[in-house]
Amino acid sequence: MTKQIIVPFGPQHPVLPEPIHLDLVLEDERVIDAIPSIGYIHRGFEKLVEKREYTEYVYIAERTCGICSFIHGATFCQGIEQIMNIDVPERAQFLRVIWSEYSRLHSHLLWLGLFADSFGFENLFMNAWRIRERILDVMEQTTGGRVIQGSCKIGGVRKDISNEKLDEMRRDLDSIESEIKDLTSVFLQDDSIKHRLRNVGKLSKEDAYHLGAVGPTARGSGVAIDLRKTGYGAYGKLNFQLVTDSCGDCYGRCAVRAKELFTSIDFIRQSIQKIPDGPIDVKVTGAPNGEFFARAEQPRGELVHYLKGNGTKFLVRSRIRTPTLTNIPPLVRMLQGCELADVPVIVLSIDPCISCTER
Amino acid sequence: MTREIQETVPVEVGHLIGKVEEFRDGSYRLVQINCSKVGDVYEINYSFDKDYVFRNLRITVTADTEIPSISGMYWGAFIYENEMHDLFGIRVKGMNIDFKGHLFTTAVKFPFSIAPSTPFKGEKP
Repeated sequence: MTKQIIVPFGPQHPVLPEPIHLDLVLEDERVIDAIPSIGYIHRGFEKLVEKREYTEYVYIAERTCGICSFIHGATFCQGIEQIMNIDVPERAQFLRVIWSEYSRLHSHLLWLGLFADSFGFENLFMNAWRIRERILDVMEQTTGGRVIQGSCKIGGVRKDISNEKLDEMRRDLDSIESEIKDLTSVFLQDDSIKHRLRNVGKLSKEDAYHLGAVGPTARGSGVAIDLRKTGYGAYGKLNFQLVTDSCGDCYGRCAVRAKELFTSIDFIRQSIQKIPDGPIDVKVTGAPNGEFFARAEQPRGELVHYLKGNGTKFLVRSRIRTPTLTNIPPLVRMLQGCELADVPVIVLSIDPCISCTER
Repeated sequence: MTREIQETVPVEVGHLIGKVEEFRDGSYRLVQINCSKVGDVYEINYSFDKDYVFRNLRITVTADTEIPSISGMYWGAFIYENEMHDLFGIRVKGMNIDFKGHLFTTAVKFPFSIAPSTPFKGEKP
């Protein structure tokens, strides 16, 4: 019988933007099992709900993640609005979609860059991040913040985008789309990338579904789950084709994210075309009394904010279930049977966001 | 405003496994497990989804109660069950991967817990 050894992977590793530790059980260079450990950056966000009024907690919720921050804030607001039966003006709902999709563009481009870096394509990494800068510029111009926007509030949004600026953004999207086409054609068609990613980190459709995979991790295995299909916010007024890939490997997950860039651009275009004039917020009075599981589609997958209020200005409970938390069990399954050299690429293929996960 | 219908069904701890089996057999995916402290008891919600229909099972337990793991039916449940243990001090029996309190490292042990009235076997009060 081959001798088994345990190789620690992380918490600090060149491919990991944030700390996660894996104990890899190896036979020769083949991974037999992987035991994940997190907990290096637990920040106690959920405890803070006892100290901050529900209106202030929007800022906390938004800081859960430094990449998909806007969607965290919007999902928290969506949950409170459901509990309090607040009708958010239509213009605000469209603005939330626009900023959410810009967040997705920024997140996917960031990941594509990091992924390219993980398999040694420095130039591709720089190109992905160069385009991402243009997305961040729009976020900054329209909200005032590149990473933390602070533009969402309960009952609507804090800032409007003028129709002239929306026109400018629509025109700008044409050249961004053209640059993204060039970039993604390398990811999708380059032989050396296909060779590096094909059949690496396989996850079957059945495993993806039953292990609770969400987002591009699930869709890259052919599981058609995307919360935007539920039509929350203004998504119900917009059309889109869900992107899936049946490969179930690192290439499949990469292909889904690359193609979803165009879905996001299409969402923004449709929103700019359909956004009505009108108010961007409503006055909110009272305090939430009840509970709701607010769900939204983040760049990494399904996000759940469970909120429970008791009629006071302090919530009883805020629980944030991030996509990475539920993508950890599928990651363990992907790693079983892989080669040690493939571990960094496989770990990165789920787009792990550990700060989000630990809250 | 469109309001998503979210069904929550209270169940006894003893019937939890049977009810979860029904969801598994009905091809529901496990969305999440979460715990809330409500007065001197815990509410634990098990959320499932199929074709965007969101359903919950809810058990209400005291700090002394040991709850059964559902990781035999939903392998990925271990991540939520370890979290419940580390943040609330809830004892979960039969987890497929038990981190024994080391999944989340917090400065305060069991930061959301209600102190159990009787120490668990092998634990210091």
